[in-house]
Amino acid sequence: MTANAPVAHPWMANSVPELKRQMLEAIGASSIEELFQQIPEDHRYRAALNLPPTLSSEQELKRHLVQTLAKNQDCEKNLSFLGAGCWQHHVPSVCDEIYRRTEWLHSVFGSPSSDHGRNQAWFEFASQMGELVGMEFVGLPVYSWGCAIGHATRMAARITGRREILVPKLICPERLSVLRNYCEPTAMRGHIDIVEVGFDAATGRLDLDDLRAKISERTAVVYVETPSYLGVIEDKGKAIADIAHAKGALFMAGVDPISLGVLAPPADYGADIVVGTTQTLGMHMNCGGGVGGFIATRDEERFAREYNTLNISIGRTNREGEYAFGLSLFHQSSYGMREEGKDWTGNSVYMWAVVNAVYMALLGPQGFRDVGRLILSRCHAAAKELAALPGVKLRFPAGFFKEFVVDFSATGRTVAQINDALRAKGIFGGKDLSADFPWFGQSALYCVTEIHTPDDIARLRAALAEVLAR
Amino acid sequence: MNTPAILKRRPTYQAPRWNEPVIMEMGVPGRRGILFPGADADADALVPAAARRAAPPALPELSEPEVFRHYLKLSQMTLGMTGISLFGTCTMKYHTPAAEQAALRPEMTELHPCQHESTLQGALEILHNFDLILRELSGMDQFVFQAGGGADAAYTNVCVTRGYFAARGELEQRNEIITSIQSHPCSPATAAAGGFKVITLTLDEKGYPSLEQLKAALSNRTAALMINNPDDMGIYNPEIKEWVRLVHEAGALCFYDHANFNGVMGKIRARELGFDSCMFMLHKTFGAPKGGGGPAVGAYGVREHLIPFLPGPIVAKENGAYTLKTGAQTVGKVREFWGNVPQVMKAYAWARAMGAEGIREASDISVLANNYMDMRLKRIDGVEMSNPHINAWRMEMTRWGLGPLKEQTGVSTFDVQNRMTDFGIDAYWTSHEPWVAPEPFTPEAGEMYGKEDLDAWIDVLAQICDEARENPDFVKSAPHNGAVGKLDVSTMDDPAKWATTWRAFQRKWGGK
Repeated sequence: MTANAPVAHPWMANSVPELKRQMLEAIGASSIEELFQQIPEDHRYRAALNLPPTLSSEQELKRHLVQTLAKNQDCEKNLSFLGAGCWQHHVPSVCDEIYRRTEWLHSVFGSPSSDHGRNQAWFEFASQMGELVGMEFVGLPVYSWGCAIGHATRMAARITGRREILVPKLICPERLSVLRNYCEPTAMRGHIDIVEVGFDAATGRLDLDDLRAKISERTAVVYVETPSYLGVIEDKGKAIADIAHAKGALFMAGVDPISLGVLAPPADYGADIVVGTTQTLGMHMNCGGGVGGFIATRDEERFAREYNTLNISIGRTNREGEYAFGLSLFHQSSYGMREEGKDWTGNSVYMWAVVNAVYMALLGPQGFRDVGRLILSRCHAAAKELAALPGVKLRFPAGFFKEFVVDFSATGRTVAQINDALRAKGIFGGKDLSADFPWFGQSALYCVTEIHTPDDIARLRAALAEVLAR
Repeated sequence: MNTPAILKRRPTYQAPRWNEPVIMEMGVPGRRGILFPGADADADALVPAAARRAAPPALPELSEPEVFRHYLKLSQMTLGMTGISLFGTCTMKYHTPAAEQAALRPEMTELHPCQHESTLQGALEILHNFDLILRELSGMDQFVFQAGGGADAAYTNVCVTRGYFAARGELEQRNEIITSIQSHPCSPATAAAGGFKVITLTLDEKGYPSLEQLKAALSNRTAALMINNPDDMGIYNPEIKEWVRLVHEAGALCFYDHANFNGVMGKIRARELGFDSCMFMLHKTFGAPKGGGGPAVGAYGVREHLIPFLPGPIVAKENGAYTLKTGAQTVGKVREFWGNVPQVMKAYAWARAMGAEGIREASDISVLANNYMDMRLKRIDGVEMSNPHINAWRMEMTRWGLGPLKEQTGVSTFDVQNRMTDFGIDAYWTSHEPWVAPEPFTPEAGEMYGKEDLDAWIDVLAQICDEARENPDFVKSAPHNGAVGKLDVSTMDDPAKWATTWRAFQRKWGGK
């Protein structure tokens, strides 16, 4: 090698000049440039690309990434009480180890045989999720909980031929914003009306009188979340289902599946469609990049034939007694029918469905019960501690899971001021609700999960007491 | 330089056959896979009685090593890219563990998007700096990473299109989106899901739709053109600048689906071609792992006039610090939070490690390698190239067909695809719908695999074509070396048989 010879890029096997020469010779072209003959010259961008300096060695790249990441303050070194759609739970080490297996992390699409193991893991995701929610048909994940609501709402509209969804007024603002896009602006042909149903001021649960007043023969689906965005457990699921069904509407429940060891499966109280997050089942928060969503229903054709998701079905092979797993109802997707397909389908968060499957298998029935009871214990203990501070009260003092609304209005401080002071002590206070829910005054949504120890809770209380006493 | 004999060996493969049960069949009551610290004794009473779970979920009960080993075995029965994967339309890349390891650090995994901006400066810096890289590669003025995939970025474009025309009072009038039959299905599908009427242009003998067809489709009802270029057949539309001019003249917007960016990276830019917006797939083109279908990112970029409508937040740099901003006329969210941030970091790592020269060279190599494959594939009896009359070098991939082989032998492209996996070759991509070439297959060489691997792929295909003529049933009953045999797909769409969950399988099949 001479000093001036081009250096082959470690990720490009054919960047050896001799190989390029061989291939050019084999095809009878004089230069690589000639191969771009289809692109007219006046389309070409001839200026130099002004990109940052190349980090051509792995050691430089690694140092750069690590140093940049070091500018973050994370929820492992700090004590965080943020939830609101992205939650910090314990991620079992087996989940991380299985996730990083290159075989499926780098898998592309494959076939039922060549990527058999991944397809089986996907089926196990759907099977276990089906047990948690009490449903027989579960699609592969969609992008997020909000996207699951959106797709399922459109399913409900197609099934019922109606164009209205009733949602709780206390729905997560991010999810509502996503839903608004799925429901299309009023100018569009597919527009679906979103009607908000009020809440009981004492409990935070759905106001059933308001539901009865707003539901009509126009209503395609009634949507309720439990636990709700503000952590409230809805205990009138059956009554809500009955009200919806009496008007010929469907009933859709949104759930956080980590609660389903202690909370009733939505099928038990009459849900027709279940949606929710997948992030809490073994996924790191990843700065919000950990979110994923699912859709589940009974296995009835009127539902199954409206799914936009990829669906993995078990089946048999040409070998005696052997299972394999393939795509079911693929043709109804946009891959099969383009604009005539059900909404659209594409890459989503399918790798994380594998992680979710591992998580559910590790927990089993008792693990879900244990983690659910632990979350209940810790979040209620924390709520009690905070409510004991002067001027601090709970908006909805009972019947919540994992999250609860802490009202600081009477302290004379804003949530922003309190959180700034807490941050200086290495604590990330609850999500500020004052902009999205102004009628709650200076309130914050605190999230306490199984990872929070009694010491953590005591530390939060002490820090808040000090901040509020200043 | 001669290829050493050892590298000319035909790959052989035998997948692990663990005969692993479905996890729902495994376990023993009472086994535990994980323990948590103890809860308070009265925890159950904290749930309102009517909302309590009555019966435990019928999940498997396994020890931790049993779960671990089960999923290790399943991972081993996944071929993925371990062999040779020339999966067209996905521009598969090498994904460095260096980026993956960084993404698994707590400074990434344990970040919450609602943390105060001052605590997220590293993550915001990466998003912003990668935004700048994509701006340079495309000429766009702002990128956002919220979309959870390429199709979701197309959907984002539909939402932004609605917002743009709503602000101009033209949304009710402009209710049509134009695309082509060779665009990815997500373009027409997201346009329709967004409430637009879809007009699909067909190809003429040059391999792309004629200008006349476009002109006939354009009107004051047109909201947007959503198009890829080159298409999946390796044909570049040389009239695209005139297309964009005509669409703009009609008052509509132009979206560039850059799924097929590999062949033109550093060679053309969406801005100079006149486009208003474009999208890149970070989990494919930019070296983040595909994971069998995500976590994915559709990076969506726009020119200045569309920035106010973008879903928020977008990252800005002000006074040396990074901050999150949302435009006054934002269309709202397409997905919660800011996107798959670790994947954006991996794409950033890829771009930094490749650099400007590496990115240009990757497109050089991709196009060279594809034309090298074309030269060799042309010599195989039973295969035919799409648009054979077009005498031009193709871009980074070419649509091929096994129509002649099917006629000769009855062996289909799916049979050949299955048989190729017997050699440890990832199942190739056939074609998006509709199939304009009979029995299609779409190899894409990319820049990662060496010439030996490309030759091996072609040698295997040639051998399978010979096998099909000698013993078609052998090919039709493939795979023979896979983790499992050939799936009977007849039950997949049969309502009495399909089962996406174990409980449905129990009911429909009686567990057999």
